Amino acid sequence: MKISCEEASNICTRSQYKEASFWEIQKLRLHIFMCKACAKFTKQNTALTSLCNRAGLNTLSESDKEAMKKDLEKHL
Amino acid sequence: MTLLEKNMAHELHPETWVDQYADYLFNYAVARVSDSEIAKDLVQETFFAGLNSAKNYKGDAAERTWLIAILKRKVIDHYRKINSKKGKAEVRINYSSDTDSEGDWLEEQVADPFSKDGDNTLENEELGLAIQECISKLPKKQSLVFNMKTIQGMSTEDICNELGINPSNLWVMIHRARTALMGCLNQNWF
Repeated sequence: MKISCEEASNICTRSQYKEASFWEIQKLRLHIFMCKACAKFTKQNTALTSLCNRAGLNTLSESDKEAMKKDLEKHL
Repeated sequence: MTLLEKNMAHELHPETWVDQYADYLFNYAVARVSDSEIAKDLVQETFFAGLNSAKNYKGDAAERTWLIAILKRKVIDHYRKINSKKGKAEVRINYSSDTDSEGDWLEEQVADPFSKDGDNTLENEELGLAIQECISKLPKKQSLVFNMKTIQGMSTEDICNELGINPSNLWVMIHRARTALMGCLNQNWF
């Protein structure tokens, strides 16, 4: 059941996208229980997820950006 | 400020605009015109206008601030244009433009002071711009992967196929991006 901090942070990041398995999350929980640093990291990582959700971010697709760059270059 | 930085401050770098500011400007525009196609066009027009008036750039504002100022004008122009197109130069003061709800009481149209999302829109927009600013400071590849995964919500498999990387590469990049973002947002938002 014991995992390293590196593995813990890896599981934590994947769990932000709901891509960590049930057992991985149990291992992470146990690790957090014993490790202050990872507990803090997990808290901040989760906070970042909720900030991103709250902000309702928008992004242009890569193809849109490429098209923009091409158009701009013509005018340079 | 060193002499080098002083010189840099007076120069524009249009070749980096799309990578650095496109998403930032796009978020700003979407919040104001609430149509992503129109917002995209406005961003494009802003870049062109920026190029055309590059010689007027005095360097007293940061590049991004300068571009936002142009975008603001573009948003105003956009609303002027759609108003005159319909032959409605005057401001309409109907309390509702939606004919379905004609006759509804005015009270129903006022924002609910207890609604959680209503009164936070401004703060959320600010937050969005702050995040976007931090994302633009990431290395290109990291910001690309982070955008695809977090904002566009693409599956790990699709991203890996599109970029030709394996899942563990992807998670390392996401992890680095998130750690950097936490640091960048830390002072103001946590």
